Amino acid sequence: MTSIDRNKPNHGSNSRRSILKWAGATAVAAVAFGVDVPGLRLSRAFAQAGVDLGAGDLGILNYAYALEQLEAAFYTQVLASPYGGMTRGERSLLQDIKAHEIAHRTFFARTLGGNRIPDLTPNFSAVDFSSKASVLGTAATFEDLGVAAYNGGGAAIQSPKILAAAGSIVSVEARHAATIHAILGDFGPVDQNGLDQALLPSQVLPMAAPFIATPVTASQLP
Amino acid sequence: MSHDIAILDGIDPDLSNRLTNRRDLFAGAAVKLGALATAPLMLAAVSSQAFAQVPQQVADILNFALTLEYLEDEFYRTALAQGGLIPDYAGGTFQTISQHETAHVALLQSVLGGAAVAKPQFDFTARGKYRDVFTNFKTFAAVSQALEDTGVAAYKGQAPNLVGGGKLLTTALEIHSVEARHAASVRLLRKQKPWTGAFDKPLSKAQVLAIAGPFIAG
Repeated sequence: MTSIDRNKPNHGSNSRRSILKWAGATAVAAVAFGVDVPGLRLSRAFAQAGVDLGAGDLGILNYAYALEQLEAAFYTQVLASPYGGMTRGERSLLQDIKAHEIAHRTFFARTLGGNRIPDLTPNFSAVDFSSKASVLGTAATFEDLGVAAYNGGGAAIQSPKILAAAGSIVSVEARHAATIHAILGDFGPVDQNGLDQALLPSQVLPMAAPFIATPVTASQLP
Repeated sequence: MSHDIAILDGIDPDLSNRLTNRRDLFAGAAVKLGALATAPLMLAAVSSQAFAQVPQQVADILNFALTLEYLEDEFYRTALAQGGLIPDYAGGTFQTISQHETAHVALLQSVLGGAAVAKPQFDFTARGKYRDVFTNFKTFAAVSQALEDTGVAAYKGQAPNLVGGGKLLTTALEIHSVEARHAASVRLLRKQKPWTGAFDKPLSKAQVLAIAGPFIAG
């Protein structure tokens, strides 16, 4: 399990989380192989197989990492099975966006190091990758949600450096959003006060959940 | 985590020397800032009370933002008033952008209350560099892109100074991403890539003023 490899239990405040993850992985193994683990109930085992993002700035970084994983996986699939009638211009823009999301994912993976959450498994069963409307509609949803997530998560960040890094990414997400909306022929969800949306992790995760097979919780984030 | 912060250092060269504990900055204002409600109108309603408590450094940041918004707002309103400058295919985009900039000015003025700086006199030719800015759409659109990209970088450069600022920071971020949407929209109208890479760079106040300075007549 990569979740074990990646969580060295020597990171102070994160050791408890690592132990929980280890316990979750063990539980999965117990279910899979029929091993009897004393005191372990199957219902709890399944509950622990999910991922909690953690607390503080590390939690926010893992939150962003989770969303970037989702976006990178989405655009990888979009380019692997292009919708019918994808123009050269659209393909060029979508390839750029894919490269950006992968760069963001890599940035958070490197920044988090051993504190990062495991790889999430996406669930794009609701997306028809052969349909331009389905793909671009989903892309607009992801980009607007990403912008709102960064905007709403910013106030929880304590480190100016991490806020600066998030700031360098959110405006690129907003450029993506504007581009997708331009292809769709609208301007996106800017309100009458000229403001973008800001959503908290507790608001964003339920909206992202249908697209992520791995259960993700943010019990220690706003 | 610190082993990889070098990546962040590349993003903003002057960030590492800034204040280490922003919470001190907001300590005296925490209660009032916390009272800033979620809706911008509520923000405006309580701002005069809250603002008396906001440190000078924060007022300076907001007035810096207000100056840039004044610039953008007057730029688009002037352009839209010129018959024949903006072609039909771009009219909707620039009307929308103009409305947003007007709203940003009103929002920042209401937050600053009596501390808001007055609107400067602007010279959109930038001392003669863009003489046809309001008669040639290509020049106008190029200046628009420059102002929007600069606006994005300016908010981005100031956001770390608002750590601990709660709703104030959130509002700044809500403006910041809208400026990025503008920049991308204008770049697309100009047949440019709507981005320059995976990471947008911030600009310091001095860097922004070096770019915007020629547009400010006094």
